[in-house]
Amino acid sequence: MNKEDKIVSSKSKSSSPLGKLEGATSSLVIINYGAGNIKSIQFAFKRLGVEAVLTNNPDEIIASDNVIFPGVGEASSAMKMLKESGLDQLIPTLKQPVLGICLGMQLMCNHTEEGDTKGLGIFNAEVKRFSNKVKVPQMGWNTISNLKSGLFKGIKDNEYMYLVHSYYAENCDESIATSDYELEYASALENDNFYGVQFHPEKSGKAGEQILKNFLNL
Amino acid sequence: MLTKRIVPCLDIKNGRTVKGVNFVDLRDAGDPVVLAKQYADLGADELVFLDIAATLENRKTMHDMVLKVAEQVNIPFTVGGGISSVEDVDDLLHCGADKVSINSSAVKRPELINELSDKFGSQCVVVAIDAKEVDGEWLVHLAGGTIPTNIKLFEWAKEVEERGAGEILFTSMNHDGTKAGFANKALAKLSDLVNIPIIASGGAGSIQHFVDTFKEGKADAALAASVFHFGEIPILELKEALKKQDIPVRL
Repeated sequence: MNKEDKIVSSKSKSSSPLGKLEGATSSLVIINYGAGNIKSIQFAFKRLGVEAVLTNNPDEIIASDNVIFPGVGEASSAMKMLKESGLDQLIPTLKQPVLGICLGMQLMCNHTEEGDTKGLGIFNAEVKRFSNKVKVPQMGWNTISNLKSGLFKGIKDNEYMYLVHSYYAENCDESIATSDYELEYASALENDNFYGVQFHPEKSGKAGEQILKNFLNL
Repeated sequence: MLTKRIVPCLDIKNGRTVKGVNFVDLRDAGDPVVLAKQYADLGADELVFLDIAATLENRKTMHDMVLKVAEQVNIPFTVGGGISSVEDVDDLLHCGADKVSINSSAVKRPELINELSDKFGSQCVVVAIDAKEVDGEWLVHLAGGTIPTNIKLFEWAKEVEERGAGEILFTSMNHDGTKAGFANKALAKLSDLVNIPIIASGGAGSIQHFVDTFKEGKADAALAASVFHFGEIPILELKEALKKQDIPVRL
């Protein structure tokens, strides 16, 4: 999908006054490949009144309106699990909005230093480890700035988000938000229908919930 | 900029908060879920739930509580108390806990830290260390600080970091309950020694104590219970005061 199509399609969607949140027919899946605490994400959507289905079934994933690609833990073992289920092939071909969270976002990049792991190559970014000049992992609330996406509609510059990570995506053309920890890095990425956030919107208070809501309305 | 975290700690027994809580007009101050939501709304950055009567019988009650908190609270929380195996942690994470805190079980079997960080990632493994300064030497204590060991605090801290802990929750038994300030010297030494975040615990009595523990104690987060539960220090007021002292906080 090129940028123009995207603008048109997002316009046509937002023309519905109720948006997707109210629509009974829209569906949301959280890809369940055995990585991390996905309950929190499911609960966060539940607080928004949206039931998310946990699944690793390709048909169910392809048929859904929105896809969450979560991930907590170690990159190479997460990638191994993705490969075992064939999801590494499926995810890059998805056409609906896909949101990678935390390790999910990192796995959507070209490569990560964690376990020297090749990523899905959806984002043209390298994932590197913070140096020991700072405490690793970065744990807590940091600001996001340089916001450039419909994903951040209604979110003010320098809003606080909750982050827990030892590796970061380098700032690049696809950055739609940046944060500072040791250096300026990409705390969110976008390429066509693919979105990735390093922070945990499901744990970032009301602002985080707004981002999840925005994602459903993309 | 990464901000310093303010962390209220709730003691839980049989799924209910133990110490009285009296800082806002709550219908049920004994309900940890109600309280957790309230704290999230008031600006707490994170919460810790400590199961102080962890027994096999009430494990299910704790799981139910964790599930309800995860359902309703939109900030991260840690669960501690009675966790001694990979299965225990698996259960709690499946109920929606973001992190778990282990203490005595890590001292008894340090490999547990490796097992947890390998399986779940170090980001969810908090090692709680209770220590007491005895004749100028900081020694690790067990069972809520009642049983002394001959393990040295700083050596243990280094070891838990190497084994994969993502964070250390350090409670000074000399300061806990005194309301006379945190153990800032030991905290600063810890913070310089290890490269993972340190949560300061024990001794909070005034806003100045928090300022000191972030500035002198170099803590990444500060945990307290009664000063928050009884409204002695409103969280918003605390954070505004910290900001005035150029300490980065989420406001």
